Amino acid sequence: MILQADAGGAVPISAGDTAWLLVSTALVLLMTPALGFFYGGLVRSKNMLNTLMMSFASLGVVTVAWAAIGFSLAFAPGNAWLGGAGHAFLVGVGVEGGAWGPTPHLLYAAYQGSFAIITAALISGAVVERMRFGPYLSFIFLWSIAVYAPVARWVWGGGWLGTLGALDFAGGTVVHINAAVAAVVAALVVGSRRDYGRAALLPHNVSFVLLGTGLLWFGWFGFNGGSALAANGTAALAFVNTLLAPAATLVCWMLLDAFRERNITAVGAATGIVVGLVGITPAAGFVSPASAMALGALVAFPSYFAILHRPRTRLDDSLDVFAAHGLGGITGALLVGVFAEKAWGGKEGLLFGNPGQLWTQAVAVVASAAYSALATWLLLKLISLVTPLRRPDHEEARGLDLVQHGEEAYTRGEGAVLVQPR
Amino acid sequence: MKLIIAIIRSERLNEVLEALYRAEVRGLTISPVRGHGGEVEQVETYRGTRVKVGLQDKMRLEIGVSEPFVEATVNAILESARTGEVGDGKVFVLPVESVYRIRTGERDEAAVTPQAPGAPV
Repeated sequence: MILQADAGGAVPISAGDTAWLLVSTALVLLMTPALGFFYGGLVRSKNMLNTLMMSFASLGVVTVAWAAIGFSLAFAPGNAWLGGAGHAFLVGVGVEGGAWGPTPHLLYAAYQGSFAIITAALISGAVVERMRFGPYLSFIFLWSIAVYAPVARWVWGGGWLGTLGALDFAGGTVVHINAAVAAVVAALVVGSRRDYGRAALLPHNVSFVLLGTGLLWFGWFGFNGGSALAANGTAALAFVNTLLAPAATLVCWMLLDAFRERNITAVGAATGIVVGLVGITPAAGFVSPASAMALGALVAFPSYFAILHRPRTRLDDSLDVFAAHGLGGITGALLVGVFAEKAWGGKEGLLFGNPGQLWTQAVAVVASAAYSALATWLLLKLISLVTPLRRPDHEEARGLDLVQHGEEAYTRGEGAVLVQPR
Repeated sequence: MKLIIAIIRSERLNEVLEALYRAEVRGLTISPVRGHGGEVEQVETYRGTRVKVGLQDKMRLEIGVSEPFVEATVNAILESARTGEVGDGKVFVLPVESVYRIRTGERDEAAVTPQAPGAPV
């Protein structure tokens, strides 16, 4: 998904490429509600609506931020660090093809926007069940502009990491590492849930977790397959790798569960699939199908053991955003440097005689993680100067659905008396 | 008159209802409850978190009966709810001061004696 330097002149529209990108945009958009259900199933029932809303609200807030300035900062003409304001409010974004390929510029902006939306929503998994909704909305609005857009610029918008040769097919660094590091920082700044480490905080509906996972996988074909920005062989490779890698991760995860826990758990299977999807994201269009399966199997291990260990620490990254998306993304981004092959559309990696690629990948990982950590911390501190980031303890105990939204996810009509408006 | 309260295993509910039906006990109320009867605790694992589920799902039956039905009702429950494992539950038999049938205002014995559907009011 690297944006080449200006191709010069109008590029004719390809019907096939445009059709696939239209479909892919819708597929990626579906991932955000899917994430809501994945996260929602993992929280307690009294916070279900709040958790869903943290994802759904991103569809509004981040889309507006992206159209207003985010897309411009990431992809408008500018320098290696940041785009200019030339495409603010999508000014000058038409329906002609260009450097991104023979597809309408506007569609490219929407496709990229769908990535920004889900990246911001991913962070919510670390702050569910206690963060106030208003500050959360301000945070993702600002974060998508101040953190997502610049990192997208560096890697895909003709920025310095892309120029350096870092490979990130569909967003291992831009989306997953970026969001996961922000999630850890957010969990630290907002603080743990009051019951964390004292009471068993159980998923209230594992069926929703699996439903969300299924829809995420479905949407991910647009995420990775669409990142070819064309309906061609690379899209097919990325698509098939998006099937193979998570399959290998799922098998690995179930075996780990079977040997370590005696039971193959459903939450584990769902987590394994997501980790596999995250892992293949930076590699999808650069590695052979066999390498994709090897990558899928390997990516299971760091995340699996991190998830076992994390609840014993003081870090209340409530839904393990870092273990799944951070470690999955880092492992995937580094393994691109190992498994990438020129014959399959990438550059040669470590296994094919180019150890330097692994170094380039590491630079991209560290740079995006460091920037995301620093900028996220600053943004949250800034917001906390204006307004508190979390609800008071007694309100947290009642559940955010009630105190934050004035609704419950699972209402029972009994005892509800109609209040007539006067 | 007695009020019989039985706490039984949820998975034995159908057997108990069938046994009560055969014993011609007609009126009853059930509610899902949770409790602990000394049985082995169930262990569940969610990601890295392992929890012991201290309270098990049980069913609570409330049956108001006239004196001649007390023993038959208790026996029906004892035989149908029993698995032989710890956690089968309890049957409590409580005295009742008075009972009214809401529909007719009948009280006591008459109120807990079943009426055929369509019987004259």
